[in-house]
Amino acid sequence: MQRIGVFVCWCGSNIAGTVDVQAVSDALKNEPGVVFSTNYQYMCSQAGQDLIVDAVREHNLTGLVICSCSPRMHEATFRKTAQKAGLNPYMVEIANIREQCSWVHKEMEIGTEKAIILGKAAIAKVHLNAPLTPGESPVTKRALVIGGGIAGIQTALDIADAGFKVDIVEKLPTIGGKMAQLDKTFPTLDCAACILTPKMVDVAQNENVRIFSYSEVTEVKGFVGNFDVTIKKNARYVKEDICTGCGACVDKCPMKKNPNEFNLGMDNRPAIYIPFAQAVPKVATIDPNACNMLKNGKCGLCARVCTAGAIDYTQKDEYIEEKYGAIVVATGYNPISMDKFDEFAYNQSKDVITSLEFERLTNAAGPTAGKLLRPSDGKHPEKIVFVQCVGSRCDACAEKGKEYCSKICCMYTAKHAMLTRDKYPDTEVYVFYIDVRTPGKNFDEFYRRAVEEYGVHYIKGMVGKVTPEGDKLIVQASDLLADKQLKIDADLVVLAAAIEPDKSARPLATMLTASMDTNDFFTEAHPKLRPVESPTAGVFLSGCCQGPKDIPETVSQASAAAAKVIGLLVKDKLTGNPCIASSNELMCNGCSSCERVCPYGAITYVDKEFRMPDRTTRMRRVAQVNPAVCQGCGACTVACPSGAMDLRGFSSSQIMAEVDAICK
Amino acid sequence: MNNSFLQEELIRESGVNPRKCMRCGKCSGTCPAYEEMEYHPHQFVYMVETGDIEPLLNSESLYRCLSCFACVERCPRGVEPAKLVEAVRLAAVRKQGNNSLKADDIPSLSDEETPQQLLVSAFRKYSK
Ligand SMILES: Cc1cc2nc3c(=O)[nH]c(=O)nc-3n(C[C@H](O)[C@H](O)[C@H](O)COP(=O)(O)OP(=O)(O)OC[C@H]3O[C@@H](n4cnc5c(N)ncnc54)[C@H](O)[C@@H]3O)c2cc1C
Ligand code: SF4
Ligand code: SF4
Ligand code: SF4
Ligand code: SF4
Repeated sequence: MQRIGVFVCWCGSNIAGTVDVQAVSDALKNEPGVVFSTNYQYMCSQAGQDLIVDAVREHNLTGLVICSCSPRMHEATFRKTAQKAGLNPYMVEIANIREQCSWVHKEMEIGTEKAIILGKAAIAKVHLNAPLTPGESPVTKRALVIGGGIAGIQTALDIADAGFKVDIVEKLPTIGGKMAQLDKTFPTLDCAACILTPKMVDVAQNENVRIFSYSEVTEVKGFVGNFDVTIKKNARYVKEDICTGCGACVDKCPMKKNPNEFNLGMDNRPAIYIPFAQAVPKVATIDPNACNMLKNGKCGLCARVCTAGAIDYTQKDEYIEEKYGAIVVATGYNPISMDKFDEFAYNQSKDVITSLEFERLTNAAGPTAGKLLRPSDGKHPEKIVFVQCVGSRCDACAEKGKEYCSKICCMYTAKHAMLTRDKYPDTEVYVFYIDVRTPGKNFDEFYRRAVEEYGVHYIKGMVGKVTPEGDKLIVQASDLLADKQLKIDADLVVLAAAIEPDKSARPLATMLTASMDTNDFFTEAHPKLRPVESPTAGVFLSGCCQGPKDIPETVSQASAAAAKVIGLLVKDKLTGNPCIASSNELMCNGCSSCERVCPYGAITYVDKEFRMPDRTTRMRRVAQVNPAVCQGCGACTVACPSGAMDLRGFSSSQIMAEVDAICK
Repeated sequence: MNNSFLQEELIRESGVNPRKCMRCGKCSGTCPAYEEMEYHPHQFVYMVETGDIEPLLNSESLYRCLSCFACVERCPRGVEPAKLVEAVRLAAVRKQGNNSLKADDIPSLSDEETPQQLLVSAFRKYSK
């Protein structure tokens, strides 16, 4: 029989205001097994905790019931108190008489009655509690960063600086992400390449960092501290360690007419290419769908001109297996497709472009060498219309767009408008907006400068349709403040397309058992207090894969994620949560129900020999829970048809005892 | 003047929830009958939302809307302004107690070139 102590907290007036705490502690004193019961103003205070420790010693208590706030608030506190008093921390039960009682009831009588019932339930449970000891697992001191945009680069640099090994897996031939494609960056207008490429070089030269470019993660097994990851290095048909990046092959390749991804298809690249001059790693890659040698066995020119002998047409995809202690997701974003937005004539006219295309058109390394020229005829545009919120802030059921605000487009549109007026003061610039959203340090000032100093015409209203007419684009739009419908004959229309997570993020999330929201952004463990951790232990989030962000925010989050990773990697061992599932092998019939529902992949099956009553032995397939992976969610215990699965600390018999106590 | 009974009726009949409007003006930016209309699609939405319906009932705008549904197609919030215009129009026609278009008028108004669709939408607009 347990010797139980009951401690009822007033929580100032939070509980005592609607619960008669004296009546509760008096009533619970009479419950079987209770040898001590009291109440106190603040149980969680030092004095309150001392009271508990003294009571344990004086009355030889074996189990504690604390009637107080939610266990999310102070369960950990009271477990430590129990430990201090020499008890196993899992011999403590919390009866939540604040959030689930005093805060939801108004009448003292009802609140008191319910608090007594909740206390009785907790007492019934403690009778069945057993001491639990958390397991330990070692930590592999190496981190994996998936995605090599500015987010992934910053996270990797910070982890490496702390002395840990880190690998970056980037699916494109070079790291850098979208930032490498930008021209100048708000709000300070420094050139993206000037601030990004030194970081790319740093990361390439850091001896703690390995970069797997043109690669992807294909399998993730294991758990926090001990992930087993398979990385597929796609064949680039060029030996990375030998290629010097001289570009001789690129010049000679005869298959020149392939859309250049880096310039968003606005110019062409050869079959063998280096995405841009500062690419990291600076090695060539052969596009197998364009190369004549790989398609038809004819050509071989690049191999002949390559003095280093780096070309290898027989190269195969390579699979690398590596162990990691932590994984950071930094898969970034992409602008959404404009195909469904017929009204803006994106597919009808080359002169209707997205904002990212505009970045390339103004970038000195872009298809026009930085001169702002119309894609259709190479003429200088005299009238430009920018349209904000294209595909953002749409109705939840609109299949065309996204419900959220893409957050970055107000600012980059102001940037584009301002830079255009700065470089080409003869160009008329219109921006159609629904709202201008510029919270952020020096952001609103930036936007106001576009209007006041640079004379950009900001018009409150939305563009209804764009019609190509001759070499003009007729933009029909409303000017809500003037109560007019405008028709502007523009030369160029720039659409601030909504952004969405990379398409590869969803399958990646499944591999990592990390959760996502309905928009496929990774969800954080707590939106306010744990913003860079995924709910899956050991998986961290960096950059736009978690939600739209500009560069300052991305970099802050990237460093925050690195700090969390470092905090994990410095540990030699991890203590687990002992409240995990375990299966009773005698009852398990190996049906696989539990494996199918386990969101963490914690359940495996083994064939085991069992002695039968007639002394023969039989092999049976039974479930086994990996204690280091199980998060104690309990899904398997519900799914198990034979009642073999149970959760330690929340066993079916404990829950039933609570229910019985409540229903008595 | 706030006419909350009529407001509720219009919302119920049209199935439009004017509160979903984010006041972007895309409907009015797209409307081909804009110049003809005194109140524009976004104003229909706003005025029904605020209960300021009387001016709409008496406005010629009701009969200028082409029922082309461009505003319905393009509204990012799925508000469907034209359905509201139609509901107000029905309310006006019903109130006057007379149909503005009778079957007998048709021969004199149309010829062989007149598309069937026009007659259908004309009936939808001007008759109960
Ligand atoms: C037109 C435009 C202008 C902008 N201008 C500015 C500005 O002036 N100032 C500013 O602060 N911000 C600006 N931004 C925002 C800026 O681009 C982002 O904040 C920043 O790029 C986010 O970095 P990221 O690393 O999270 O994502 P990304 O840059 O998208 O990088 C993600 C990387 O991960 C890789 N990846 C994706 N999936 C996988 C996978 N499954 N496996 C391996 N690798 C993968 C991608 O290839 C990419 O390299 C602008 C954005 C746009 C669209
Ligand atoms: S072998 Fe292929 S990549 Fe090389 S030069 Fe010929 S076509 Fe270009
Ligand atoms: S950031 Fe501005 S332009 Fe982009 S979706 Fe939000 S409000 Fe629209
Ligand atoms: S298009 Fe839709 S959201 Fe925009 S003003 Fe019109 S009704 Fe409102
Ligand atoms: S349905 Fe009427 S209000 Fe809507 S766009 Fe067409 S004409 Fe304008």
